[in-house]
Amino acid sequence: MNVHVAGNDVGTKTLAIVGALKGLEGPLLPILHEIQAEFGYVPQESLPIIAQELNLSRAEVHGVVTFYHDYRDHPAGRHVLKLCRAEACQSMGGDDIAARVKALLGIDFHQTTLDGAVTLEPVYCLGLCSCAPSAMLDGEVHGRLDADLAAELVAEARR
Amino acid sequence: MPLISEIDYGTPASRSEKMVTLTIDGNEITVPEGTSIMRASMEAGIEVPKLCATDMVDAFGSCRLCLVEIEGRNGTPASCTTPVAPGLVVHTQTSRLKQIRKGVMELYISDHPLDCLTCAANGDCELQDMAGAVGLRDVRYGYDGENHVKPRNNGEINARWTPKDESNPYFTYDPSKCIVCSRCVRACEEVQGTFALTIEGRGFDSFVSAGMHENFLESECVSCGACVQACPTATLTEKSVIEIGQPEHSVITTCAYCGVGCNFKAEMRGEELVRMVPWKDGKANHGHSCVKGRFAYGYSTHRERILNPMIREKTSDPWREVTWEEAYAHVVSEFRRIQYQYGRDSIGALTSSRCTNEETYIVQKLVRAGFGNNNVDTCARVCHSPTGYGLGQTFGTSAGTQDFDSVEHTDVIIIIGANPSDAHPVFASRMKKRLREGAKLIVIDPRRTELVSAPHVKAAFHLPLKPGTNVAILTALAHVIVTEGLCDEAFIRERCDWSEFEDWAAFVAEPRHSPEETEAFTGVPAEALRGAARLFATGGNGSIYYGLGVTEHSQGSTAVIAIANLAMVTGNIGRTGVGVNPLRGQNNVQGSCDMGSFPHELPGYRHISDESTRDIYEKMWGVTLNPEPGLRVNNMLDAAVDGSFKALYVQGEDILQSDPDTRHVAAGLSSMECVVVQDLFLNETANYAHVFLPGSTFLEKDGTFTNAERRINRVRRVMTPRNGYADWEVTQNLARAMGLDWNYTHPSEIMDEIAATTPSFALVSYDYLDKVGSIQWPCNEQHPLGSPIMHVDGFVRGKGKFIRTEYVATDEKTGPRFPLLLTTGRILSQYNVGAQTRRTDNVAWHAEDRLEIHPHDAENRGIRDGDWVRLASRAGETTLRALVTDRVAPGVVYTTFHHPGTQANVITTDFADWATSCPEYKVTAVQISPSNGPSEWQVEYDEVARRARRIAGKMEAAE
Repeated sequence: MNVHVAGNDVGTKTLAIVGALKGLEGPLLPILHEIQAEFGYVPQESLPIIAQELNLSRAEVHGVVTFYHDYRDHPAGRHVLKLCRAEACQSMGGDDIAARVKALLGIDFHQTTLDGAVTLEPVYCLGLCSCAPSAMLDGEVHGRLDADLAAELVAEARR
Repeated sequence: MPLISEIDYGTPASRSEKMVTLTIDGNEITVPEGTSIMRASMEAGIEVPKLCATDMVDAFGSCRLCLVEIEGRNGTPASCTTPVAPGLVVHTQTSRLKQIRKGVMELYISDHPLDCLTCAANGDCELQDMAGAVGLRDVRYGYDGENHVKPRNNGEINARWTPKDESNPYFTYDPSKCIVCSRCVRACEEVQGTFALTIEGRGFDSFVSAGMHENFLESECVSCGACVQACPTATLTEKSVIEIGQPEHSVITTCAYCGVGCNFKAEMRGEELVRMVPWKDGKANHGHSCVKGRFAYGYSTHRERILNPMIREKTSDPWREVTWEEAYAHVVSEFRRIQYQYGRDSIGALTSSRCTNEETYIVQKLVRAGFGNNNVDTCARVCHSPTGYGLGQTFGTSAGTQDFDSVEHTDVIIIIGANPSDAHPVFASRMKKRLREGAKLIVIDPRRTELVSAPHVKAAFHLPLKPGTNVAILTALAHVIVTEGLCDEAFIRERCDWSEFEDWAAFVAEPRHSPEETEAFTGVPAEALRGAARLFATGGNGSIYYGLGVTEHSQGSTAVIAIANLAMVTGNIGRTGVGVNPLRGQNNVQGSCDMGSFPHELPGYRHISDESTRDIYEKMWGVTLNPEPGLRVNNMLDAAVDGSFKALYVQGEDILQSDPDTRHVAAGLSSMECVVVQDLFLNETANYAHVFLPGSTFLEKDGTFTNAERRINRVRRVMTPRNGYADWEVTQNLARAMGLDWNYTHPSEIMDEIAATTPSFALVSYDYLDKVGSIQWPCNEQHPLGSPIMHVDGFVRGKGKFIRTEYVATDEKTGPRFPLLLTTGRILSQYNVGAQTRRTDNVAWHAEDRLEIHPHDAENRGIRDGDWVRLASRAGETTLRALVTDRVAPGVVYTTFHHPGTQANVITTDFADWATSCPEYKVTAVQISPSNGPSEWQVEYDEVARRARRIAGKMEAAE
């Protein structure tokens, strides 16, 4: 969902999340997950707060956040559809599926439909090679995609 | 003089004592266990190609160029990450390896600009060297694909390309030349400890980012230069190299900023300084530097530098340029006239803690042998004189007990009244490295200094005491240690005077010294104080580092004694990893004290009243010495106001700005009839001077500096003095004009005289220093190799002396009119009175002094961040801009004193240490109120300064 959050709110919520998780061993990734769950993305202004609380530098936190593609720097659409683009899926016709999905949604990879319903993203291997080509809609995996199944996924995401 | 190129072994040395023998390319080599194959091979003289490895940081294994083959092992392991093992047979060059390396280089070069001829790193580029080493002749991939090199690809904007970041005044960051070896990131983390850099993104998108994709100036970067030094390409390059080109020769010398005493290679092209690069064999810095030493040398060629001697009859006259002979003649006739008219004791001199040992020595010699009195003092009076007194009384010598390397073996560190991250940055980096390895930290400071909480550093305890209560805190720590039975009784019985200990122990054990009692006036929670005491007494090797926050108090000497007591009661003296370590503010404070700059002491801390010592000098100099101590600087100023002290020779100091109660200093100086200032610039003191003798920089003279760990480092001349003479030559010429028969042809001859007359320097000579690099005094028959650690087999004075430390609150108290306490300090990019650093690009970081104030205090007074405020004390008032921060506690405000416009010392009072007259800079009761402009004194002083700086026949310098 496209939610606008006021700056102060990000600060307080970030502090609360960091406070709750900072005792974990290696707390940075869990904190970032929780922040993404809270805001739908990882707001830039939360990074210095995390850095200060964990005795890290801003640079270090920035390095971690940018390393993982799953951490977003802006909110995604209501649904996220990921298409596998790795070798096995490509050899099983993944390219055609991707082209079809793009055409159905009218967007390219890394884009969100104008109504904010769907964000389309490539992913490099879902570990589902035996059921290639595969996709993931809002965290749920789908295998043996064909044109119809793809259209069905798009329709579901559109809803 | 060739360009010194240091061997890069690729990975740090192993500390193991167990040796391992292996064969590399048919050569048998024995190295310590834990050494990498890369390093072992370099030690055997075989250089394995490498890009991401350098011996300042740990092995990383990312460039895949240093692969080797090992008989009996599969694959091609990276030699940087593979440790040696007994009997290994390693091949560094096989057809398989050649092919792999060429392939890797081909990939690197396919995304790298081919502008080698016009590149700033041409001649100093490891990427170029490696392309040559692996025999790269062709890049089969071409240069048209995805790249980070070109702003446009086939007319389209290339989103991967990023423009050069030129925000830092001293170096540029050009991402198009980056090979993402991470050396800069790792140098920032491992060497500097700031963690300002990271690799953003992953894979082909990887990109070196300062902070959160910020420019370097705005990021957390402290501009230490470690990344620039580590960069194998032109990605991070000194702007001076871009402008001038590569250096052709280099000279090892010593930095002239703080008391760490870093060694640098001054890399030259002709007489032009291209860059200063920290020297890996420097024993204080081990190849690291800070923004000041590495980059801030531009003042030496600044246009405001005065190059001709000048005189004037009255300070209201403009300066008149004269020849050196006229200047000397004028000084001599004035000094003679004044001594004839007002008596022998009416003149004196101040030695400089920024000049060399040799220069300091001959200034005090000039006073004692030429002026015929002992009126000599130095700026150590206003910083570490209590250290001299306190450690002299308890241990027997007035110097730090350890070398800096000792911090690598410490387990618990107490930092009290010091802020190494700003004032001793290279040492702070070494301390942080040890803290990251697990040592514990206790910070005792009214401010939350950087070390209290920084990336990967967190103090176990921060005791935010009220300024002025050091002694109470230190005694309370001792109280906990004594009453909870945490003393090291074996150490005390063996090394210290037991009855004195018993007396002291009974004193500190009194309930009034308990943390619960002292909490009321120190503001430090009793539980935290108890925790800190227990940690220090039981945590292993405990070391204490302290600075001017301890000494610059009315009880400065008592606090130093309390620190010494604390070290003795816990047995933390006389071995590596422990000790009492004063962090010296200036490059040669230690040296200027060693050289007899105090009115009561001859070189080597021998009292002037001691006949046998006087005898040595009387014979050598052919004069009779006055056995009575002379005047201290504050006494000189008092006497001047009273009319009995009339002339002063000030070498390389700016007492008007640095000494307390500016108005009193100004009154003293203006009542004198001949003030001679020898300096690089028309400093603030020169506004009251009658004669100005141009000084020379550390780049223009030979000599030695002695750093905070008693290390005597060579300073070497790399260029001709722009003013014509090194400072020692000027002093000598002045002495000769006075009729003294001095004939030193080189500073080494002065050092020989020092060695011949001072037991603790007996074996020091320039030849010996050239041979061993540097040496820590005492260096004599008993300690021919110098003394990294002192008091190893017992205290210098015999038995360690415990002395009672009664807390007496300072007379400088807060009240309704002045409810806040002001304390002063330094900032990283500026140095002392700023005469040097203000004339460099360091002003990019700190263009003015700001007043730090807690949000509560600010709100009460209606002050917002950035507002002009009036800062008033009993002594005077000034104005500056506020910085609202919770770094300071409520009730405490803080400022720096780097800018003359601020005049922070107009505020400080003339209260001083009871034993040594060291001024109480660190506590002044003040009031803060909103203001809309400079105070009356500031306006008045600006006008005085402007008028005093006029030079006849020259346009007024546009400030």
